Amino acid sequence: MVKTRGLASLQKKNPTTHRHMTVLNLSKIAVKAMGRNKMRTFLTMLGIIIGVTSVITMLAIGEGSKESIQEQISSMGANMLMVHPGSDERGGVRMDRSSMQSLTLDDIEAISRYATHVSALSPMVSSGGQVIAGANNWPTTIQGVGKDFLEIRKMEVSEGVMFTDYEVKRAGKVCLLGQTVVENLFPDIESAVGQTVRFKNIPFKVIGVLASKGQNTFGQDQDDVILAPYTTIQKRIMAITHIQSVFASAENEMVSEQAEEEITLALRASHDLDDDEEDDFNVRSQQELIKTFSSTSEMLTLLLGAIAGISLLVGGIGIMNIMFVSVTERTREIGLRMAVGGRGRDILSQFLMEAVIVSVGGGLIGISLGLILAYGMGNLLVWPVVVTNQSIMLSFLVCAVVGIFFGWYPARKAAGLDPIEALRYE
Amino acid sequence: MKNEIIEILDLKRNFSVGIETVQALKGVSFTVSEGEFITIMGASGSGKSTLLNILGALDRPTEGNYVLDGTNVGTLSKDQLAGIRNQKIGFVFQSFNLLARTSALENVELPLMYNSSVSPRKRKNLAEKALETVGLADRMDHAPNQLSGGQQQRVAIARALVNDPVMVLADEATGNLDSKTTMDIMALFQDLNRQGKTIVFVTHEHEIAEYSNRTIVLRDGEIVKDHANLGRRAVLD
Repeated sequence: MVKTRGLASLQKKNPTTHRHMTVLNLSKIAVKAMGRNKMRTFLTMLGIIIGVTSVITMLAIGEGSKESIQEQISSMGANMLMVHPGSDERGGVRMDRSSMQSLTLDDIEAISRYATHVSALSPMVSSGGQVIAGANNWPTTIQGVGKDFLEIRKMEVSEGVMFTDYEVKRAGKVCLLGQTVVENLFPDIESAVGQTVRFKNIPFKVIGVLASKGQNTFGQDQDDVILAPYTTIQKRIMAITHIQSVFASAENEMVSEQAEEEITLALRASHDLDDDEEDDFNVRSQQELIKTFSSTSEMLTLLLGAIAGISLLVGGIGIMNIMFVSVTERTREIGLRMAVGGRGRDILSQFLMEAVIVSVGGGLIGISLGLILAYGMGNLLVWPVVVTNQSIMLSFLVCAVVGIFFGWYPARKAAGLDPIEALRYE
Repeated sequence: MKNEIIEILDLKRNFSVGIETVQALKGVSFTVSEGEFITIMGASGSGKSTLLNILGALDRPTEGNYVLDGTNVGTLSKDQLAGIRNQKIGFVFQSFNLLARTSALENVELPLMYNSSVSPRKRKNLAEKALETVGLADRMDHAPNQLSGGQQQRVAIARALVNDPVMVLADEATGNLDSKTTMDIMALFQDLNRQGKTIVFVTHEHEIAEYSNRTIVLRDGEIVKDHANLGRRAVLD
């Protein structure tokens, strides 16, 4: 041993200033200390694992329901704008909106001239009643629209063709049937195209069948409809000159608000409204609808996230709890580490590192489990789930913070121990 | 001529117990030269443990000087004391204080873990060499619970040697061992001393003192005897 003194004492010239623990050494010490009690380490992790798993899963469910609602609304036409007449009163009696005659074809003209962000435009008049074909009849609604209506509502023709401007101009007695109407009027016939149906004693030639859209978000059957030129409905069925509502499409979702403003301005000008008069019409956009529904599901996400967050917090308190027990239990070990040269900050770092490894390790396991659980549930229960990168980043960050936050106090306690007393601790 | 490793001059240590001040050490002075094997003896309450703590840089004196290998330990900060313990002192405890479920090799490596200037490879080499020195070359991978008491204390001694300290400080190091094993361990200490190690052994057992070549006896915080052991028992002979 004497012979080795020469070289070793060179490094020892200034033993107090050349010492600093590297992070690598520290991690090794922490990992080895944790490995010495695997069961305890695992149980401590368990709280965090459960917390993170639930955070990931809950947020995935919340986010999934939000996106599925948005998708459903978008399928009705995400850039769609609707104009309805405002309600009015005549001699104290408030009038139903559909009986208002304030919207006219002049308004359509005004909108198409001034609203530059509107890409498609269609008037709409509708009438309910029995539709008859041969021996079958069915109660439904006939909607009088322009030829752009399909584009605005994101509808498609599965068979036959849409009517043209020529048909609109001459108030042609042609129509397109929704799937529900076809099933009820022509249960045995292969194709409804070319057949004739009667509505309020007016015969319509079926020139097309609409592709099925199913139910909308509110449970209405979107296939229970007949489309015909609005002129035909106005003149031949309802004998009116006004229109009941206007359907329009903004160029894209981004300019939906501008389009809404332009329509409002065009209609106010067309209706000769003074600045102090209120609008006698309502413009509604799908974007508003999406916002309303999104805020509901965002609340849901927040709620689920909060519940999951609480379990993460409990997991963190679990870490602190076990760390305290661990510090007490390992008092002699701490004393020994100090005796062989561990400084207060080395001990602090070791315990902090252990807490962070437990929480971040638990976090990583929790994220994996959360992903498996979320997608497993999505596949098995056919639930819409969406795992966002933010939710993963968030839970990972929270884990690290939880580790440092809840590890700090026990680690401080360990570092503050007196080595003499710690060594004698029984 | 002889290199003085420890110089202690008029060392005092007071403790406040409530409003009273207890003088555990009332002015102790002595020097230890390189290569000495000294025992510090005394009954409980003699100030022996207080002196041990100060010698081991675990505690600082209230008054007086303690110079270890040229450094005045009494004036150092807590972190600097840790540095002194890490590089100049090797501790051997009565209850071994080995880390459970940790191999002998890793236990011996521990002091070097707190010295970042030692590479992992060098750390392993030094630890293996230290274990060979105490005769445990074939037990390196054994955990403490797979070793006998004597073997555990050998691991602890290897741990005390691994940082090549200027002094090995043993605190009742044979207190938990039977007489046969005690003799083996004392033989090991003598062997280490013969190779040049300075050993300070704190004990209350007279027989232990006979293995050393100098004995300091404390009573009530003062040195009452400081004599060479002429009749040194050489275990190996």
